[in-house]
Amino acid sequence: MTEQIHLTIDQQPVTTGAGTTILKAAQENGIEIPTICFHDSCTANALCRICVVEVTGARTLIPSCVAKVSEGMVVETQSERVRLSRKTILEMMASTTDLSQSPEIIAMFAEYDVEEDRFPDATPRHPEIIDDNSMFIRDYAKCILCWRCVQVCATDAQYAFAINFKERGYNTQISTFFEIPLPETTCVFCGQCIGVCPTNALKPKKEWLLEQGMEPETIMSLTRQERRKRGR
Amino acid sequence: MTDYLPNSRIASTTCPFCGVGCNLDLHIQDDFIYKVTSPFTSIVNQGNLCVKGRFGTDFIYNKKRITTPLIRKIPQRPGARTQAFNLDEWRPVSWDEALEFAADRLVEIYQRDGGDAMAAYSCAKATNEDNYLLQKLIRSLFRTNNIDHCTRLCHAGSVVALQKAIGSAAMSNTASEVVNSDVFIITGSNTAETHPIIAIQMKNAVKEHGAKIIVVDPRRVEMVNYATLWLPEKPGSDVAVFSGMAHVIIKENLYDKEFIDERTEYFEEFKQSMEKFTPEYVESVSGVDRQLIIDAARLFANAERGAIYWALGISQSTHGTDNAHSLINLALLTGNLGRLGTGLNPLRGQNNVQGASDSGAMPWQYPGYQEVDNEDVAIKFEKAWNIEPGGLNRQRGLTTTEILSHVHPGGVRALYIMGENPMMSEPNLNLAHKHMQQLELLIAQDLFINESGSYADVFLPAVTFAEKDGTFTNTDRRVQIVRQAIQPRGNSRPDWKIICDLAQRIEKRLKPKNTAIWDYQHPSEILAEMGNLVPSYKGVKYERIQEIGLQTPVLDDNHPGTPFLYKDSFPIGKAKFFGLNYYPIDEPPNEEFPLILNTGRVLEHWHGGTLTRHSWMDDLYPEALVEINPLDAGWQEIRTSDAIKVTSRRGEVVLRAIVTEKTIPGVVFIPFHFAEAAANLLTNDALDPEAKIPEFKACAVKIEKVSLEDLPARDNYQLRGRY
Repeated sequence: MTEQIHLTIDQQPVTTGAGTTILKAAQENGIEIPTICFHDSCTANALCRICVVEVTGARTLIPSCVAKVSEGMVVETQSERVRLSRKTILEMMASTTDLSQSPEIIAMFAEYDVEEDRFPDATPRHPEIIDDNSMFIRDYAKCILCWRCVQVCATDAQYAFAINFKERGYNTQISTFFEIPLPETTCVFCGQCIGVCPTNALKPKKEWLLEQGMEPETIMSLTRQERRKRGR
Repeated sequence: MTDYLPNSRIASTTCPFCGVGCNLDLHIQDDFIYKVTSPFTSIVNQGNLCVKGRFGTDFIYNKKRITTPLIRKIPQRPGARTQAFNLDEWRPVSWDEALEFAADRLVEIYQRDGGDAMAAYSCAKATNEDNYLLQKLIRSLFRTNNIDHCTRLCHAGSVVALQKAIGSAAMSNTASEVVNSDVFIITGSNTAETHPIIAIQMKNAVKEHGAKIIVVDPRRVEMVNYATLWLPEKPGSDVAVFSGMAHVIIKENLYDKEFIDERTEYFEEFKQSMEKFTPEYVESVSGVDRQLIIDAARLFANAERGAIYWALGISQSTHGTDNAHSLINLALLTGNLGRLGTGLNPLRGQNNVQGASDSGAMPWQYPGYQEVDNEDVAIKFEKAWNIEPGGLNRQRGLTTTEILSHVHPGGVRALYIMGENPMMSEPNLNLAHKHMQQLELLIAQDLFINESGSYADVFLPAVTFAEKDGTFTNTDRRVQIVRQAIQPRGNSRPDWKIICDLAQRIEKRLKPKNTAIWDYQHPSEILAEMGNLVPSYKGVKYERIQEIGLQTPVLDDNHPGTPFLYKDSFPIGKAKFFGLNYYPIDEPPNEEFPLILNTGRVLEHWHGGTLTRHSWMDDLYPEALVEINPLDAGWQEIRTSDAIKVTSRRGEVVLRAIVTEKTIPGVVFIPFHFAEAAANLLTNDALDPEAKIPEFKACAVKIEKVSLEDLPARDNYQLRGRY
């Protein structure tokens, strides 16, 4: 039997097992904390910081997806400081990334009074679509760098290690090593990355062609050369 | 994740490719499947898929798919039967005309030559219901047991051995229990490519749960990268290697005395027969270093929970039954049965090969492995199918390979093929083609005109998994639901409907006193009928498996299913040890044919290629490649992508080389998916005497560098970086 921990979340007394994250403890008690980069099947890394909460006595806001509960902890999930932080994160995402196919994230805009043009001087990322195989395309203009694809490609699922970050800071992007085409990497085309992508930056080629207005008939008539086309 | 495409919907079903049985969510817009995902809550695959499940279902929409019934323009005669791949050679007809034609010809031959002239290949890709109905048609209307399916070419050796030693042939434990194992053996299985989702769980077991793997395989398969020990045996030396391990375990007193005393018999005889398998002797016949055998024996015997996973490298051999016995002996010796994380786990290949076997698409057994030569069983089925007493045939029928070799006047005259492609999957294809050409009548029921269907007189267009309802039973005995997600393409029909319609037309001609019942409204009624005849399926009902499948045996409506078998007892009471001798492969290499050919699968393709070669996945692996070890490549200066002619005593193929240490010196490997360089033109049709399974995994060949001009298809070589 694991040790029981007592804490307060949004004035509600909560008891849970030691080692539970604040996010899980809240979920167990019906308290919703928003998440973006967090996924139940992936190792949590606290990258997007949308799940931050205010813990009495802590200097900074705490990412609830990784922070564990402790005895007597007092947690606020909707304090003014938390809400302002979430609003800013969403506004920064909106200023650099194409979120047009991320309905879950867009749904948060209203909740946090997001002003999409709060940072008019920000430069959106416009990398070209990478179309180097017949299975799926990679549209990193839509990527929020949540890291889930890298993790499922590695030890969270597939152990293929075909992709990782390239460059630093603003220029950071998910890439194959030395940017070689996917078929030449260790990729096995399992598509676990597509399964966890929260913004549709990764999508099957057929879905992408449909989106371009192509009819299923036409899609299925493409020749191998047309399907394989490498547009790097 | 929400879909942003307008009017899109999601349909949940079960993957049609391998035996893992992954749960799929098909994302559909206007009946077009544009994306496939899997629920992360799935108990089988936890949201993970492989390339086939994720991207490979587009064969549904391939332009070459046949969606209207066809009859050959030129009537075919035995001896002069030809292949017709071109639609010009066929006449599109109505279902009425096609089925009337089929019924007329079938009944004509049956009434002239009797039941022995009739045979059917059932289908491990089709549902339990489809398979149950086809065996019912063949048995109840044509009074023959000549029905078999590809299990004969897959796990027949394992099935026979397991039935004899334990009394049940299915995987004893659940695949995901591998994380509970301390040590597990993988042998004759390229798990990472053939059961990718189980391989993920195995990798996880090693990396996150501290399990250790022993790989015994002539190929340096991907799982070797995760293994503690790799025993690179010569093809066909499995009995020696595993008996060598048993020898060490006995000598060092590492065996489970309590388990052996309480739950097994014939231990003393077995112990005697293991005497000769000293590590020195085993090294001399298998090429595996004696110390590796000792290390593997100690590692496995000392494990608290040890499991054994194997696939066709064990069973596809002229002594496949013995190979499986050597594994069963090892599990019994170490008491690794009947507990979580242990077990004897033959990884089944096809999505529903377990189910097709359970449904009785086999020549020796009715549904539920009830023997055809058992009088009580025959009476039971006569009652269930309204057949006069003594009406059903008590003689065992012909197996897959035997059906073709019995095609001659006085033997098999009419063959019904549902979804199989024997002209790719049989060994020694040149001979198989000759047999096929001797048929008087061939009916093909499939999606595409493949190498076998092209010989047919009449072609009945069936639907894919996404266009019909039914159930598949996966490798760990889980019966899962298959849901109709889209409308049948064109004029195609579900297999079960085709069989019912045809059976009714045949009954009209044969005029039996009572009908065997063919007027089902839905597959759930068929499964219910089967459940009444098969105790292990009694509690499997559609309403119970809508969300999560049930693992057989499910003995009644409240039974929760059985994650692992043999907790308290074996179906035959005490499990039996079998004494063994080592025999070499049927066709050892010699001076003229110095190399051994091994065959198998690759990640991107499925068996005879009817599905995956009609998928975009073909772009990833577009042509056959022969794997050659650098040592063997060296003396002929063979480099990767060179054209190579591979010749055996039975045929030759030309294909590109890939020079790699994935195969050991002296052994070359060719996947069998590619019609233009069909590995089975080369393979040996020698059979295991008990299980009747051919020796696909070892025959003698020679290789020779030829000009690139000689390649059957000159596509650009597709560079791939995967293992």
